[in-house]
Amino acid sequence: MHFSTRILLLASAFAFTVPALADNATPVKIGVILPMTGPSASTGREIDAAIKLYMAQKGDKAGGRKIEIVLKDDTGVADITKRLAQELVVNDKVSVIAGFGLTPLALAAAPIATQAKVPEVVMAAGTATITEASPYIVRTSFTLPQNTVPIADWALKNGVKKVVTLVSDYGPGIDAEKAFSERIKAGGGQVLDNLRAPLRNPEFAPFLQKAKDLKPDALFLFVPSGFGAQLMKQVAERDFAKEGVKVIGTGDVTDDEQLQGMGDAVLGMVTSMDYSVAHKSPENKAFVEAFMKANPAMRPNFMAVGGYDGMALIYGALEKTKGDTDGAKLVDAMKGMSWVSPRGPISIDPETRDIVQNVYIRKVEKVDGQLYNVEFETMPNVKDPVKAAKKAK
Amino acid sequence: MLTNLFDGVALGMLLFVLAVGLSVTLGLMNFINLAHGAFAMAGGYVAVVLMRHYGVPFFLCLPIAFLTTAIAGAILERTLYVRLYDKSHLEQVMFTIGLTFMAMATADYFMGASPQIVDAPPSLAGNVSIGDLEFSRYKIFVIVFCAVLAFGLQTALTKTRFGSRLRAAVDDQRVAQGLGIDVTKIFAMTFALGSGLAGLAGALGSPIISLDPIFPLKYMIYFMIVVSVGGVTTITGPFLASLLLGVADVAGKYYVPTVGGFIIYTLMVAVLIFRPQGLFGRPVKR
Amino acid sequence: MSDTPLQADRDKAFAFLKAQARWRWPEIALWAFAFASILLMPSRALLINEIAILALFALSLDLILGYAGIVSLGHGAFFGVGAYTAGLLAKAGAGAAPLSDPTLGLLAAGATAAMIGYATSFLVLRGNDLTKLMVTLGIALIFQELANKFSDITGGADGLQGVTPAKVLGLFDFDIYGKTAAFYSVTVLFLLFCAARVIVHSPFGISLRAIKGNALRARAIGVPVDARLRAIYTLAAAYAGVAGALLAQTTAQVSLDVLEFHRSADTLLIVVLGGVGTLYGAVVGAAAFKMMYDFISSYTQQYWQFWLGLILVVLVLFVRGGIMGLIARLTGQEERA
Repeated sequence: MHFSTRILLLASAFAFTVPALADNATPVKIGVILPMTGPSASTGREIDAAIKLYMAQKGDKAGGRKIEIVLKDDTGVADITKRLAQELVVNDKVSVIAGFGLTPLALAAAPIATQAKVPEVVMAAGTATITEASPYIVRTSFTLPQNTVPIADWALKNGVKKVVTLVSDYGPGIDAEKAFSERIKAGGGQVLDNLRAPLRNPEFAPFLQKAKDLKPDALFLFVPSGFGAQLMKQVAERDFAKEGVKVIGTGDVTDDEQLQGMGDAVLGMVTSMDYSVAHKSPENKAFVEAFMKANPAMRPNFMAVGGYDGMALIYGALEKTKGDTDGAKLVDAMKGMSWVSPRGPISIDPETRDIVQNVYIRKVEKVDGQLYNVEFETMPNVKDPVKAAKKAK
Repeated sequence: MLTNLFDGVALGMLLFVLAVGLSVTLGLMNFINLAHGAFAMAGGYVAVVLMRHYGVPFFLCLPIAFLTTAIAGAILERTLYVRLYDKSHLEQVMFTIGLTFMAMATADYFMGASPQIVDAPPSLAGNVSIGDLEFSRYKIFVIVFCAVLAFGLQTALTKTRFGSRLRAAVDDQRVAQGLGIDVTKIFAMTFALGSGLAGLAGALGSPIISLDPIFPLKYMIYFMIVVSVGGVTTITGPFLASLLLGVADVAGKYYVPTVGGFIIYTLMVAVLIFRPQGLFGRPVKR
Repeated sequence: MSDTPLQADRDKAFAFLKAQARWRWPEIALWAFAFASILLMPSRALLINEIAILALFALSLDLILGYAGIVSLGHGAFFGVGAYTAGLLAKAGAGAAPLSDPTLGLLAAGATAAMIGYATSFLVLRGNDLTKLMVTLGIALIFQELANKFSDITGGADGLQGVTPAKVLGLFDFDIYGKTAAFYSVTVLFLLFCAARVIVHSPFGISLRAIKGNALRARAIGVPVDARLRAIYTLAAAYAGVAGALLAQTTAQVSLDVLEFHRSADTLLIVVLGGVGTLYGAVVGAAAFKMMYDFISSYTQQYWQFWLGLILVVLVLFVRGGIMGLIARLTGQEERA
């Protein structure tokens, strides 16, 4: 069905149903906690825009009840996240808390979710262990090992033997470093060095120089969303290709939002990620068009799609429970849910409450004068490898 | 080794241009202007907007960024800062932090939260190979440009009439006034110069460091380190301090990556313990 | 007996000190309100808790800034050390007394912070304002790097998880509404405030102000300047450590941002906003700062900084001595407490 006609149909459907439902339903409140200012503000903006888009498209009703969003800015500071989560639950009586831009922020809210029996939908943070912090956490973003292992496999397949890793020195970075190194070693490769750059570091040059001097076959990079442009500028300066060093990484580095600003230097870089704005599917086409129309200055990235799917998850769960907001019931409804997201088919693993999704190997290419991560290989239905390994033990 | 030295010098040079304006306002006017980074950010955004949307060539953006921020600085000085010269350092801190917050939110409103990076002009893109070693053209440009700037500033302050008037005004306002020096005008011009330099640095740095609304706070610590280690009474002090910090930071991260983050801070604390006036400062009586 | 002129002077001095230290009714009203507010506005208990912690932290900064003239941008180091001490203790005890006992946590945090405060006081008390600002800042940044590096102990950037403080005094459990937390924090704030009040009105406190006014002259009349400054710096570090411990216990977590630069900077703003060297400025400033933030950011999550900045700018331009200065002017009491 054509996209706009679908919207039209949806809209008209609501036009008829609204008066009937308005009386017997108190609204369901969703508390959204995001870093809207500070260093991770772009994460918050992307997710906020995606949530607004979802509600504009799908209407403000789910399971027969009106949905209300209460947005709070935690500035990226964990104790504020915790207080906001507590206040949202206690004062605003929200039925779901969602958002969470960084790992410590998601972890900070976990005890609240457990104590208040409120589902916590993690839309951005990517450390593997987050979902283990509370039985009420469900994740719609990704885990770093999930996105990292496929690129390690790809590297091994393409003749890479010796690698150096360079990651940001914090939880997700170390997660990525571990997942990548272990996979390479398991595949018979050699890890020459694990370099870690401080999180707030305007200068990557010495680390890159060190990596270059070690003469690896490939250099693996990870920095969080928002730091990629700066890193890639400095990578470009080193001219790794000339030395025969492949520069690879997770898609966080070639973040769609900033990719355009990185310049031609990133052309040809291979990364793995769960979402690319260039993903070829009707769902994604519709999503990107609508997103760019509502936010002309912004390109949706993996954060946006995490927020969009988070809303889809909450709506879907409410439909299943017919508007019942009991936390345990909602989480049960979320377990095992599967749908087609703009990034492709995804589902929630009923055992770990973590997302199961395709991970794509992409290469940066120029399409119509713009830089895109063009997908050329798909690793279907990847589960978080950390939790899978734990289970195997 | 040489590449590391080169990178360190380039980083140091950039730090110098970013911080020199602060050194001027702090050292010569005894005014703690924490909003200094906001002027640098403004200059950077001016360059980004001009290049992106109006296709203005990079080399033209540099003087424009300088002039825009210098004028903005002059206006702010006349209307707001002038009321703060006689207030305590703490009030100056609070005032300029307030201004910084406003500047950050304004930048966010107009430019969005994500970092902006522009490409270096084609003539400065890529690397120069000397033997086995490669040097980024843009960084070479930064080094040369800043060296010239530092020399020019030092000369201007010590050799020109404006420089001597300024130093007179700083040493003793009342006597300088009595000698017929228009102190108010001198201060306004100095402030404009300081802000303009910050703006220039912002534009100059835009191809190599990312520019976002939190820029003023993110780099404030670096500015302060440079100014305090170098001492605030000269131009050469911050210049040498910038170089030292740049090289130490880069070399430290290369040779001992596990403690890389500590180097710059430890160095600063050590220097300040042994030389509270900074490495190159002379004790100031006030 | 009390006929000698010296004795009379002494009596006068003590009478002066006593008069200064007398509790005035607005103070009593303020504290009564602070406690009552938790009952009156139970939905804001968490915010009140946060304000109390921030007020205690600001109070500790005011002790060195307002009474001894030591500017610091690195006071967060002690806050962070306190938070990690209390957090690690509570974690080690796994929610059971004695290790997880909140009072023990407070004492341990205060003691650890005090030790580090004393050790670093030798580095800090030199040079001019700028040097002090930068040395304190540098020390705080080094502590932050340390906490990041020793991530197996501190939890690194993910934060310290599993902080489970036991019941306060073995009686009150921390509840999700934040009532216990708020009462606990406000009580600790009140007790430490009273102690600080006694200290600043004691001869020791007066000697500090003499040092702040003119260190040379103070030295000349026989005040052991360096020892006094070290003492107050150590005490302030202990206060900051306790504030950090309160945060760790009431939020049941510690993350790297307890050591973040912005925490020290915000606190400096709060003290200046409230009024330097008034003790109450710290409390009133913390409340004003948090409430302004809370109020503005509920209307604009993205651009609250603009309005907060504007308020700071206007305040500096038109009001001398922060909020306390404003209050003094309005009530016609120009005297400085």
